[in-house]
Amino acid sequence: MTSHDMTADDAHHHGPSKKGILRWVTTTNHKDIGTMYLVFSFIMFFVGGSMAMVIRAELFQPGMQIVPAETFNMLTTMHGLIMVFGFIMPVFVGLANWMIPLMIGAPDMALPRMNNWSFWILPVAGTILISTMFMQGGGPNFGWTFYAPLSTTFAPKSTDYFIFAIHLLGMSSIMGSINVIVTIFNMRAPKMRLIDMPIFVWTWLITAFLIIAVMPVLAGTVTMMLMDRNFGTSFFNAAGGGDPVLFQHLFWFFGHPEVYIIILPAFGIVSEIIPTFARKKLFGRMSMIYALTAIAFLSFIVWAHHMFMTGLPLAASMFFMYATMLIAVPTGVKVFNWVATIYRGCLTFETPMLFSLAFVVLFTIGGFTGLMLSLIPSDVQYHDTYFVVGHFHYVLVPGSLFSVFAAIYYWLPKWTGHMYNETLAKFHFWISVISVNLTFFPMHFLGLAGMPRRIPDYALQFTDFNQIVSIGAFIFGAAQLIFVYIVIQAMRGKGPKATAHVWEGSHGLEWTVPSPAPYHTFSEPPTQIERH
Amino acid sequence: MTIIRKGHGRLIAILAAVTLGMLLFAFAMVPLYDAFCEMTGINNKGGRVRVEAPTEVDTSRIIKVKFITHVHGETPLEFYTLENTLDAHPGQVYKQLFYTQNSTSEDKVGQFIATNSPGLADRYVKKAECFSYNQQFVDAGEEKEMAVIFFIDKDIPEEMEELIMFYTLFDNTSGAPK
Repeated sequence: MTSHDMTADDAHHHGPSKKGILRWVTTTNHKDIGTMYLVFSFIMFFVGGSMAMVIRAELFQPGMQIVPAETFNMLTTMHGLIMVFGFIMPVFVGLANWMIPLMIGAPDMALPRMNNWSFWILPVAGTILISTMFMQGGGPNFGWTFYAPLSTTFAPKSTDYFIFAIHLLGMSSIMGSINVIVTIFNMRAPKMRLIDMPIFVWTWLITAFLIIAVMPVLAGTVTMMLMDRNFGTSFFNAAGGGDPVLFQHLFWFFGHPEVYIIILPAFGIVSEIIPTFARKKLFGRMSMIYALTAIAFLSFIVWAHHMFMTGLPLAASMFFMYATMLIAVPTGVKVFNWVATIYRGCLTFETPMLFSLAFVVLFTIGGFTGLMLSLIPSDVQYHDTYFVVGHFHYVLVPGSLFSVFAAIYYWLPKWTGHMYNETLAKFHFWISVISVNLTFFPMHFLGLAGMPRRIPDYALQFTDFNQIVSIGAFIFGAAQLIFVYIVIQAMRGKGPKATAHVWEGSHGLEWTVPSPAPYHTFSEPPTQIERH
Repeated sequence: MTIIRKGHGRLIAILAAVTLGMLLFAFAMVPLYDAFCEMTGINNKGGRVRVEAPTEVDTSRIIKVKFITHVHGETPLEFYTLENTLDAHPGQVYKQLFYTQNSTSEDKVGQFIATNSPGLADRYVKKAECFSYNQQFVDAGEEKEMAVIFFIDKDIPEEMEELIMFYTLFDNTSGAPK
């Protein structure tokens, strides 16, 4: 496409108005806030990842070695909560902050002050959440799904802090989403129609709607928990006329769309990267958008497939089973389109492309195991086993996380103005992709053989596979330090200077501004818009 | 010079309204859930329903009714029934006695929650009176006799030959009115 290079030495190329720490505290610049989101979420990634390392060390052999059972439960719970609410959600908000204004030709997010606020709630919420681990009686130990009555009647005292942290995290992501929606609707370059928007922006628009639809439900649910715990109500307490199953309905009414909240932006990222390195247009662009909308709609009517074992009536179980299987159709459309984009493309295999290709293959494996879980007769066997753990880690780690790596390698030269170390990055990719399969694939077999979830000790016959899993996990964990090194080197200006285009096949408005992207971009709206 | 377009306010108001609406929806789910369960006859939560007296007894059929008692968690009360099974004719009214015993030195309040299995049999178990309809005050050292008076609707489908009436005892001493 025609490039509209802004001259780097433009007269209105200002830097931040404040220096030092106050720059970051008071900033309303979408790039600064995006960077802070990314840094925060990767700190959380390593905190949650360290917990996974302890979990895997404990599971390296049967018996209790490293941590007591109580601590183990706390670690699995906190690992899940931190990774979902502290890492994946904020990291996508960070990417949205950085990229959406650049991709739609807007000077900034629509509500910059609220943007600052929604970021700075996060470290507070994260600190509260992690601090519960050091409180008397320990932190949350009831699993990341915090089912009542485990989280109400039988929970440690610190659960009230956990509830507050969830409230704050919810507020942060709701504010972030409102900001994204207003930016997309009101701040697009004048000539850009909704239909012309890059797919990443589309996925975020849908995600933002999902967030404002379900995060309030989660907020309501934890509020009910708070009242049950402290004010004598019985929302989830059968003794007082309530119902613990209601908790599960409410939680999964939030929880299932949440699953798509943490995967749709990944779909968007991959849909940006694959066409760039296949040097073709995205195949079936409109069908991608329709599929996206269909997935978002279906996500609201499938929640009870997480509850097949609660004794739902047969008719309800059947409905939820078929509705769940239906999701495979739009998802299949997306996978087909990615493959069709690759087909007869002029492929090159830079690191973002490698991570995207791995995403397509490995996410699909996670999707297939999901399809297996959706079948009630087989779910009777699979539920609450390591099969489930294997399934959702496949969609979250080589799914969401790999897309985040792909996105960072893809846009890092735009952010820093320098290319990252391609050799090291490829090394990072290959170690990650091998060890991720070593970690999560054997989990399926463990689950099929009957190893339950959330246990610190296991029967002897599971030892060999658990050792493979643990070794894979340690390698995967260590490989992420390479990633940190690569990113820091690029931020410090090591590596060749990046051009505005960065990639030969890049397309879209973000590649029309210089690298690194100046502090203020698109003060004048761009006029050359690619039409679809 | 940043160009800020007017008109964010309207969109923000709509989005904030959606957010608030979904929060209210979460709380609305509580009564809606009960209403839905009552409407479909699933998840009988032990509420009192009006029953018509049966007109005829179907002696040609025998339904095996099992009674199972369960004490929830650490509740310090005993709970049992003497006859665990009953061969019931549809339409015949039966009275089954249950006992709870408080061996502690404190007064306790028990709440019994009734569940029938299979769940679809729920609508055919008609109770004229049940001890689960009220909280049971069990004083220290007391042994209390409680009754359920019920009959099985003669419309119960052929394939239902057995059903279970399951009672769980919860300690509700802290939540009871003084």
